[in-house]
Amino acid sequence: MENEYILEMKNVSKLFPGVKALDNVTLKVRPGTVHSLMGENGAGKSTLMKCLFGIYSLDQGEIILDGQEIQFSNPAEALENHVSMVHQELNQVLDQNVMENLWLGRYPLKGGLIDEKKMYDDTRKIFNELDINVDPKAKVGTLPVSQKQMIEIGKAVSYDAKIIVMDEPTSSLTEKEVEHLFKIIQKLIDRKSSVIYISHKMEEILRISDDVTVMRDGKWIATQPASTLSIDQIIKMMVGREMTERYPQRDTKPGDILMEVKNLSSASPAFMGVNFELHKGEIFGIAGLVGSKRTEVLETIFGIRKKGEGQIIVEEKEIQNNSPEEATKNGFAMLTEERRKDGIFAELSVAFNMAIDNLDSYIKYGLLNDKLIKADVDKMIETMKIKTPSAKQKIGNLSGGNQQKVILGRWLLTQPNILLLDEPTRGIDVGAKYEIYQLINQLVAEGKGIIIVSSEMPELFGICDRILVMSNGHQSGIFNTKEVNQELIMQASAKFI
Amino acid sequence: MEKALNRFKKISIKNLMVDKAIYVVLFVLLVVIVIIQPSFLSFGNFKNIFAQSATRIIIALAAGMVLVIQGVDLSTGRMIGLAAVISASLMQQVDYAYRMYPNLADLPIIVPILVVMLVCGAFGGISGIVVSIFKVPPFIATLGMSLILYGVSSIYFDRPPYGAQPIGGIKRSITSVATGSIGMGAVQIPYLILIALAVCIIIWVLWNKTKFGKYMFAVGGNPEAAKVSGVNVVRTQIKIYALAGLMYAFAAVLEVARIGSASNTTGNGYEMDAVAACVVGGVSLSGGTGSVGGIVIGVLIFTVINYGLAFIGVNMYWQYVVKGLIIMLAVIIDMRKKMKRK
Repeated sequence: MENEYILEMKNVSKLFPGVKALDNVTLKVRPGTVHSLMGENGAGKSTLMKCLFGIYSLDQGEIILDGQEIQFSNPAEALENHVSMVHQELNQVLDQNVMENLWLGRYPLKGGLIDEKKMYDDTRKIFNELDINVDPKAKVGTLPVSQKQMIEIGKAVSYDAKIIVMDEPTSSLTEKEVEHLFKIIQKLIDRKSSVIYISHKMEEILRISDDVTVMRDGKWIATQPASTLSIDQIIKMMVGREMTERYPQRDTKPGDILMEVKNLSSASPAFMGVNFELHKGEIFGIAGLVGSKRTEVLETIFGIRKKGEGQIIVEEKEIQNNSPEEATKNGFAMLTEERRKDGIFAELSVAFNMAIDNLDSYIKYGLLNDKLIKADVDKMIETMKIKTPSAKQKIGNLSGGNQQKVILGRWLLTQPNILLLDEPTRGIDVGAKYEIYQLINQLVAEGKGIIIVSSEMPELFGICDRILVMSNGHQSGIFNTKEVNQELIMQASAKFI
Repeated sequence: MEKALNRFKKISIKNLMVDKAIYVVLFVLLVVIVIIQPSFLSFGNFKNIFAQSATRIIIALAAGMVLVIQGVDLSTGRMIGLAAVISASLMQQVDYAYRMYPNLADLPIIVPILVVMLVCGAFGGISGIVVSIFKVPPFIATLGMSLILYGVSSIYFDRPPYGAQPIGGIKRSITSVATGSIGMGAVQIPYLILIALAVCIIIWVLWNKTKFGKYMFAVGGNPEAAKVSGVNVVRTQIKIYALAGLMYAFAAVLEVARIGSASNTTGNGYEMDAVAACVVGGVSLSGGTGSVGGIVIGVLIFTVINYGLAFIGVNMYWQYVVKGLIIMLAVIIDMRKKMKRK
């Protein structure tokens, strides 16, 4: 007998010390559908999924899979029972090849030895079926994120997964790769699998979902067919208040030239011939596909990467940024793309994370003065509306959006003139995004110059004055945001490929 | 709901027990010792425990700094060995028959201290350069350094006219640093305790109140982020290995004063004691965390085990077993805390 739902999580509650992470949440997924799970960071989406996978135990409620009540005790057990997850941070053995990763823990054997041929053929078969174009013998560490993700999807299929959870699968994919992913998702649906899709990107959600469940503050808010919803309605349910605009208004105009970048290239040839001017009070966007070397341009300006040729001229004086240390002294600040990897000191306090770049100003009688540090940090927490119990809280315990604000605060304390922001709102929920845009607006109002790299086209259009497009290591144009549309930017992105 | 809340309360008490398990175990150990030998609880005994811990605290603080920056120093013991033989050879009594340098003048104590601090600081700096610039894993870099140091100190030690003889006849003005005390009547505080206390204060200030200290924790917590934040990671690492060398050298002079002689085996195995004390004291082997207070407690715990178990007549070999168990327990607790966070 066919069940109406392949998965039902009923009245699930989960308590953590001090917080009720899940409060009577219900999620019902129909077979052969894409079910999107939406909510701000901290709404409980990940916790709910961790309960499904047995990483957390339930305090209340039940999980029914294909008509049977289940309670997995670990993700491996879930996998055995055809429930699989494609993680945001992929766990793969980078030094091994694709098929070894795919069949890890269950290699086909022949006479006690691993049957390489069967492994290869089986992998090929799955990849062909899903239209995945990856060499089963390629080393995983050498592949781009998009392909690593596809391997994970292949793995899920190899376990004959009925439920595949995808947590922010498109956060590091290019538009083209996203299209490919959506095709693969369609194939999964054709096989009668169900996909639980977690993302912050509204356009995507509405495009591919059949049903949408919205959560807020650990509670279930609504489940509706995607066809009956609009972006504004979803946002309203997510944040629990009317949000008329996704990008705040700004009425300041760019002023004089602040920085000139002339014929810039990186030492190890990643990109070349980058020329632009940044004005005071301007938000300057850099667009491009993944691999177009956008990040590398910022890294070279900031001295993380060695400069090849070219000049960086700030207020009519040429400067040399040979290291981040020098760049900081020259009034630059950079927010890096991967917050966890090279942004936060996860084990240390909010205060430490915020003050670390500005220690010189807190020295009194030769020693660091905690009172001066606390005063600055507390002020920043208040003005930036950072949600933290105190400045002593470990930054690792805050949500992504709040972590990002702390790091932005770190740089603001150094009072930079030029801010380089690499994907400043990645993985951050709508409300926090809006607040970060507001902060950016405040900064340009003070006459600072901001360069922002983003993969989200609407974001660039929403906040930038001008957009530079990188294509395969070359600059393919600078556009005035008001005089350009997304198609033109996409065309420019593909110019040198 | 009620049920869930109760469960939640129980769990947090259990967590608390896990968090403090190491102290619970030690408290139990101490109680057992006191029950068997009530006379253990005396001012004299505790004074001895502190005095015996003094040099070890200095050594552990140095080794702890290296652990904080995601390193590990296997050359600790040999560094102390080298500093011990050099400083001992410069601190022998003028009328001692087997002087290494028969014609050497009577040097003020500060000279040998400075000489060995300079030497060990330089060797430590080299370890730091190998680790930070040439990206050699600290385990290997300091393993190599440890062999080099043992070779160097043996060459220095084993030469005519007297060959490989312990360097003895240390001046009384030096040995009295280890044996002497200051105070009134029955309440005497050994110099060693005061020296260790002074070092602790200096290191505490260095870790908590200076840019250097904050950068140390930044580099240890996330070297990538530190670099992007404008911290000179390479320089910080070199400085820390060099500073550790300086501190080992200083501790070595105190060891020579305490033992009254030195040979090329002085300090052998101290690196493991230091790492063990740090781990028990809450320094994470993955770097980024650690406190002066924790390390001091870690050292004291081991001295209490040594001293206390010997006091009630436990076989020395059993003491090793107990120490080993405590190290494992400490790391198990550390890992559990990390898993809980995930």
